[in-house]
Amino acid sequence: MAEMTMVEALNHALHHEMDQDASVVVLGEDVGEDGGVFRVTDGLIDEFGEQRVVDTPLAEAAIVGASLGMALNGLRPVCEIQFSGFSYYAMHQIENHVARFRWRSRGRFHAPMVIRMPYGAGVRALEHHSESKEVFFTHIPGLKLVAPSGPRAARALLLSAIRDPDPVIFFEPKLLYRKFREDVEEEEETWPLGEARVVREGDDLTVVAWGAMLPRTREAADVLAEEEGAEAEVIDLVSLAPLDHEPVAESVRRTGRAVVVHEAHRSFGPGSEIVARIMEDSFYHLEAPIHRVTAPDVTVPFFARENAYLPTKERIVDAFRSVLET
Amino acid sequence: MPRESMELKPTFETLSILDEEGHLDRDLEPDLDDEELEELYRCMVRARRFDELLLEWQRSGRIGTFAPVTGQEASQVGAISATGPGDWFVPSFREIAAFLWRGGDPVDMTVFNAGWNEGVRIADDAHDLPIAVPVASQVPHATGLAYAAKLRETGNVVMTFFGDGATSEGDFHEAMNFAGTFELPVVFVCQNNHWAISVPREEQTASETLAQKALAYGMPGIQVDGNDVLAVRVAADEAVTRARSGDGPTMLECVTYRLLLHTTADDPSRYRDEEEVERWESRDPIPRFRDYLVEKGVMDEGRDEVIAEEVEASLEDVWSDAEERIEGLGGPEVMFDHVYAEMPPELTRQRERFSGIEAETAEPDEQPEAEDDEQPEAEDDDG
Repeated sequence: MAEMTMVEALNHALHHEMDQDASVVVLGEDVGEDGGVFRVTDGLIDEFGEQRVVDTPLAEAAIVGASLGMALNGLRPVCEIQFSGFSYYAMHQIENHVARFRWRSRGRFHAPMVIRMPYGAGVRALEHHSESKEVFFTHIPGLKLVAPSGPRAARALLLSAIRDPDPVIFFEPKLLYRKFREDVEEEEETWPLGEARVVREGDDLTVVAWGAMLPRTREAADVLAEEEGAEAEVIDLVSLAPLDHEPVAESVRRTGRAVVVHEAHRSFGPGSEIVARIMEDSFYHLEAPIHRVTAPDVTVPFFARENAYLPTKERIVDAFRSVLET
Repeated sequence: MPRESMELKPTFETLSILDEEGHLDRDLEPDLDDEELEELYRCMVRARRFDELLLEWQRSGRIGTFAPVTGQEASQVGAISATGPGDWFVPSFREIAAFLWRGGDPVDMTVFNAGWNEGVRIADDAHDLPIAVPVASQVPHATGLAYAAKLRETGNVVMTFFGDGATSEGDFHEAMNFAGTFELPVVFVCQNNHWAISVPREEQTASETLAQKALAYGMPGIQVDGNDVLAVRVAADEAVTRARSGDGPTMLECVTYRLLLHTTADDPSRYRDEEEVERWESRDPIPRFRDYLVEKGVMDEGRDEVIAEEVEASLEDVWSDAEERIEGLGGPEVMFDHVYAEMPPELTRQRERFSGIEAETAEPDEQPEAEDDEQPEAEDDDG
């Protein structure tokens, strides 16, 4: 067992998978000599050479489009978009081709590829470096999207994503890259894609979160227990596409109350889908309106105001109280 | 069909006027008056000094990440000084020197770098766009501004700045092709500073030069010594004149060097040799130009020190002025401003709710009380 940060855990997964599968290639901007701007790909070029670890020109559309070509011709590309805010350059490739190649070739071809990208605010970054636009991808049929909330999850999910036969958007919460260390098993561990996890049990309230919002949501649940004596069940959604709704439904039917926390904008955010599904299948079990704690429908402000933009622990606790008081 | 060779019109040139030792090619020397020559020098010195201050403030945690300009002052000042106030300036994210030439306030830039949106507000009468972080994304805007200038017959031209890495992006190629097709009054200034973060120029593209990319889009391309402010100025003057007289766009490749870091979040020791940096330090655009000005008699010996002092004086209050501005700025609810001309009802509701929450949590003194009040209530409710 080794204590790792999320960056180290992701790096470990890439080393492991490139070592055991010669078809895995890594490409992106500054992923080689520099080891990635967050060092996620550190050391790969030394171990596997520049044929398999490719410092590309600045060309996101080509990074993603060429990855698809590689995937169609026997490779398993893991490409990096340096920040999710730059993935939009590649959106036509993602929507028009990557997501639907299996569909548009009637199963003749498929796209076993991973598009990694750091997302989210809270690291004092420049404009366009702090967005959380999961829904841009989850709205596209044919894509999977996972967002780890800790080092162990990051390693286990990246291994699964690389081995998956379908394209996976791998959303890395950059706020958590070096925030804390966690034991990561020496032995290989994979988590199935599309499976949520209950990370804190409780009977008074169901809370859904993922990625960077998960740790503060757990802290908020602890505050609630301490100050109100109420126990929140916290579900780490892990995978937004496919969305594993069953654990949420099971929990809500037990607690009768739900809160969804995300750093994406409020309107048409991931929470809207989660809440809609609860309304569809668990409405009669609800004892209070469902609350969402989200970022507002405004562009992420420059960093002096970004912590006010993000759901804070205090705002999450407030939402818990409101739902319990109803 | 027979197989034949077709000749392309050769419009590709290279230009250098002032060599590394400050020696002048008199035939190419531009006709600039002494006052303007000194202004070019002053702006380059001021940009360099402001860069040093920003770096100092960044290292002490007072401001966030920024992209230093050091080494590229001649490329920026030489090019932008060919524009007039009615012309448009479309920057990427490293144009500190060009920003200062255009009359930009270093206090604004400091406020911006300290993480406050208010710092990017452009003066009402300026034809400048705010910095654009996504690489090459601003280049099509320059093309569109130029289209409008042509259609509206404003007589203004557009100058946009970007780096060597940007020439790999689709936005660059689409914008260049568009401008060439419609013969638009735009000048594309590529600062080839040799590094796109960790990727060197020769691994960015197999083209021998970047300027030659212009030829494919039917416009002249010229490669100039980007550390020679006179060469850049001459090439930019020609390009601006061409644009203004309706003869279409030009691309300048200014060959220069990023002496410091990509941004302050970068560590160049991971990917480039210090020897290469030292070689380029000896081609520093500022001493080279100073020697020329002294040789020419524009500046007396010691005049550079006077200018350095004046520059220092113009920057000495920047941090305290920025601090003062920041103290007077609005609270976090400012993030709701400028999203729409008129705020939609749902956003108004979100802001009200947000402000309410902010008021509760922003005053820590009141929190214990609030908790005492709320706890029994919540327990009652729960029970």
